[in-house]
Formats: sequence, structure tokens, C-alpha cells
Amino acid sequence: MEESKMAKGVWIVAEQRYGAYRKISFELVSAARKLADQLGEEVGAILLGSGIEGIAGELGKYGADKVYVADNALFEPYTTDAHAAAIAKLVKEQNPSILLLGASAQGKDLSSRLVGKLATGMATDCVDLKIADGKLLSVRPMYAGKCNGEVVVSSFPQMASLRPNVFPAVENPKTAEVVKFDPGLDASQLKTKVLEVQKDTSGKVDLTEANIIVSGGRGMKGPENYVIIEELADVLGATVGASRAAVDAGWRPQKDQVGQTGKVVSPNLYIACGISGAIQHLAGMGSSKYIVAINKDPDAPIFARADYGIVDDLFKIVPELTKEVKKLLA
Amino acid sequence: MNIVTCVKQVPDTETLIKVKPDGSGIDEAGIKWVMNPYDEFGVEEALKLKEKFGGDVTIVSVGPARALETIRTALAMGADKGIHINDPALEGADAYNIAAALAAAIKGIPYDIIFCGQRAIDDDSGQIGSVLAEFLGIPQVTFVTKLDVEGASIKVVRPIEGAQLLIESSLPCVVTAQKGLNEPRYASLPGIMKAKKKPVDVKDAAGLGITVTPKAKIAKTLPPPARPPGKIICGEEPAEKARELAKLLREEAKVI
Repeated sequence: MEESKMAKGVWIVAEQRYGAYRKISFELVSAARKLADQLGEEVGAILLGSGIEGIAGELGKYGADKVYVADNALFEPYTTDAHAAAIAKLVKEQNPSILLLGASAQGKDLSSRLVGKLATGMATDCVDLKIADGKLLSVRPMYAGKCNGEVVVSSFPQMASLRPNVFPAVENPKTAEVVKFDPGLDASQLKTKVLEVQKDTSGKVDLTEANIIVSGGRGMKGPENYVIIEELADVLGATVGASRAAVDAGWRPQKDQVGQTGKVVSPNLYIACGISGAIQHLAGMGSSKYIVAINKDPDAPIFARADYGIVDDLFKIVPELTKEVKKLLA
Repeated sequence: MNIVTCVKQVPDTETLIKVKPDGSGIDEAGIKWVMNPYDEFGVEEALKLKEKFGGDVTIVSVGPARALETIRTALAMGADKGIHINDPALEGADAYNIAAALAAAIKGIPYDIIFCGQRAIDDDSGQIGSVLAEFLGIPQVTFVTKLDVEGASIKVVRPIEGAQLLIESSLPCVVTAQKGLNEPRYASLPGIMKAKKKPVDVKDAAGLGITVTPKAKIAKTLPPPARPPGKIICGEEPAEKARELAKLLREEAKVI
């Protein structure tokens, strides 16, 4: 218990690419602020990158008290080795009580390596965080959302990764003190190297970060019919998703798959078109804030999870909905 | 090229999960157990590499007695031997301890690549591969959808939000498999017959020289939060229904 007396502070690991923050960074700081206020502790943020000192203060806008910055060319693009080594070194020195990361592609890779380096425990992909008896209680979906687990980490730091798009980014301005630290890096420690970054040129937000998703399933009947889904997505500024059935049929690429063996998404609005709602699909989108189901089968299980449902032929409804949304947003 | 693939036995994706009334976990009665789908990609990739470069494929699994079926499935697909880590102290243990057990078992065998699924679809924790890599002091490449061996290193494709990365890693290394990596084969009948005779070593924590020291626990398991009942939008014409839906999304839900 001596360790718990010493461990203090709610920390986050910020995420940025080439000097631009990922939205999850602000969600993390906001979530940390809430916990820190309950504990009467400070919010610390770790920011690693190349040429990023200028953006460090921005985390103060969401409630960071201190931002620990290490600026080094070896941090960009992200590699596990460079980031995990630098963070583990700082965390061991400073001993925060709680350490939060995003359950993003980078955060998942990094946080789990840190579990090993810091010899601690972590709750992955959390949807709620509470303080109970001075300890972090992390709520996370398990069995792909078929149940929830409340996780308690008994070592320090108590780690949790947060599902993107679930925790609101709330402005809560503090004047963040920027503290530079020496990551103690040496290029020979890096065993992996990013050779190429192939950017998605669709201009669409990734499914895991999208505010609105329009998804099509088996009811789309073929790849050529996705044009009506794309048109609706365009007027809504949404990203297009698909069910496993549609991906397995080769109608949509693997990266579009939402579900237990695809992506887990939490948009504000999820519109499921011609998706029956197999348990495997519900697992991937169950934490969406609003769910709309359009399906001609009134018994489709998706309706049990939908906030709004239309029992009708999607080929009639979707184009009409596109027209109506266009009118509303005009 | 010697390869290790870690596998876990999990409930089938279509299984209904019932939470025990006291919140102490899930009710295992009636569950159909299968190999974690992401681990299947790891087994398949290991077998493809073995076919190309030769060497041994060893399957390692932590789990109760029933987990042996999953090891046998991988052996029937074509893997050479298995290590079954079975110890009550490791049941439901956190990633740190499971990875410590795997590392202890793997340390004694030669390996160039270790495959793990990117996560197991039961606890969805997704930590094992990286923690294992840390314990073995080797690099990791996670969520891999394509892999090529080039001399003493590998090149892999890793999708991230809005981009695909091509990453080079030295060997040995841990690779976590993502859907898209390959199409796992089915075990053939002769494969199933042969698997029965393939060696499976059974170990417990003491035999591996490790002590389980819990770092995290699931204090309570709860049913998912209930969603308020939804609204079915009625109307004569598709246009009318669509208009009503657009209005509700704008004015009631305020999401567009």
C-alpha cells in the first residue's frame, strides 16, 4: 500500500500525427479532469512528437495542469519502441496514480506494451470511469458488448484505455505548465520502422471517429446498390459502414466492417440499412448514441436496439431520406 | 523458420452470454467453445510460413482442461506440437499474468515469429501479444493484415485510422493478427486423425517457475445497460416516413 500513498495524479497520453491532435486527446484530458477533481489531484498529459512543442499548451483548454513534452525526430511517425520506452521512463519517475490512453489504433498498441513495461493492469476500451473508495473503477464492454465488466486495477499506475467518441471533450481552461523531459532515446532501441504511410484518399473520417455512420448489410443485395447509401452519407457528412455479410460477400472492403470481428464504433448516429442485427453486428455498434434501423422485416433483431425504426423497403426509404435531409440542412 | 502461435478457447460469436445473478462472471452452461477467430488467422499464417520455409509450428494455450480441444484443432490444421498451460490460478487472470505464463513456456523453445490474435473475443482485452513481446524483449507489430518475410526481417501492413502503414520489423518478433490476414483452412479428416498423436505438453504455474500476482480483476460482471424502447415510424408513403425520421433526428435527437 506504500505504493498507493506515493502514486499521485491522473495522467493521459495524448495522441497526435505530424503536429495535429487526434480528437481522442481532448476526450482523454476531459475524462482525466473529471477524475482528478474527484480525487483532488492534478491532470498530467504526456505529449511525444517531432516539432510539437508549440501545441503542448492546447491541452490546457480541456483541463490539463501539466503537459510533459518530449520533442524528438524519432517519435514521428509513431513506433511502439520509441513511445513506450519514453513514456515508461517518465511514468516510473513521476509515479502517477492513473494513466489513461485512447483505445485507438495507436493507443491499443502502446497501452498494452506499457502494461508489460510498467508491470501493471489495464482495463481496455472503457466506456465509463468512476472513482470508488479512492480507486479507479473502469467499466468496459466484454463479449463484444453482450455484458459489461467493472475492472479494478490493484497495481500502479491504474491503467485504462478509452473507447474513442464515448467520453465528451469538454472545455475547462487551465493554464497548463509545459514541462520538457528527456526521453533518453537512442535509435538503436528501435526494432521497427515505418517504411510507408499510405493515406486513405476518400476524405472520409475513419469509422471509429465518425459522428455519423450509414451502414448497409445483406439487404443491399449487391455492391452496385451502395450508391444510395453513399448519397445519404454525403448529405449527412457521414462515413459508410457495412455488416459482416456485406464484407464477406465482397461488396465492401474489410476496413468498412462494423461488428465483433470488425470495428467497434460509437457515433452519435448510426443508420443501419438492410441489416438484420445479428449479435455479431450489434456488438460493434451497440454503444452508438442514436440508432436508426431501416429494414423490411419487422422481426429483425435490429429493431430491439433501435431508437427509431422504419419497417419498409430500404430502396424506397433511403433515397427519400436523402432528399429530406438535404431539405432540412439546406 | 520456427513459429509459435498462441491460441485461446472462447465462446462462439453466436453464443448468448448470460451473466450470473451475483455478478461474479458469466454462466458457462451450454456455451459452444471455439478457437478465438483472430487466433485462427495466426495459426493459418504460421502454417503458410512453415510450408514456404520449413520449421516447426508450436501452439501454446492457457486454459482449463477443455482448452485442449482448441490445441488439437490447431494441430489438426497442421501445427506440430502443443503446450497446454493449465492452472486454476490463471483462470480469468489479467493480461500481465497470462503473458508471463506464455513467456515462461515460450522461452524454452526456438522461435522466429510468435503469432497472437489481436484480441480474444471473450474478454476483448487485446493486451497479450504486446505484454508477451515486452517480457521476451522483442518487438511487436499489431493488427497486421499482410505479412512478408524478407531475410531476417518481416514487412507487414497495419491499418490505422485513415491510413495503412507498411512496417518493417526485425526478427524475432510478435505479430498480432487482424481479420484480412488470410483465410484460415479447415482441418482435414486425416489431419484430425494425425492430431491425436501429436505431442501436447501440459504445464502449470509451478512447472513454469512463475508465481501468479494479480494486477487487475473484474470486480463485477453486469448485463449491458438497457436501451430505452425505440419508436417505430409509421406512415402511408415512404416519403412521409422519411420526412418524419429526418424531423425526429433533427429536432428530438438533435444529431443532424
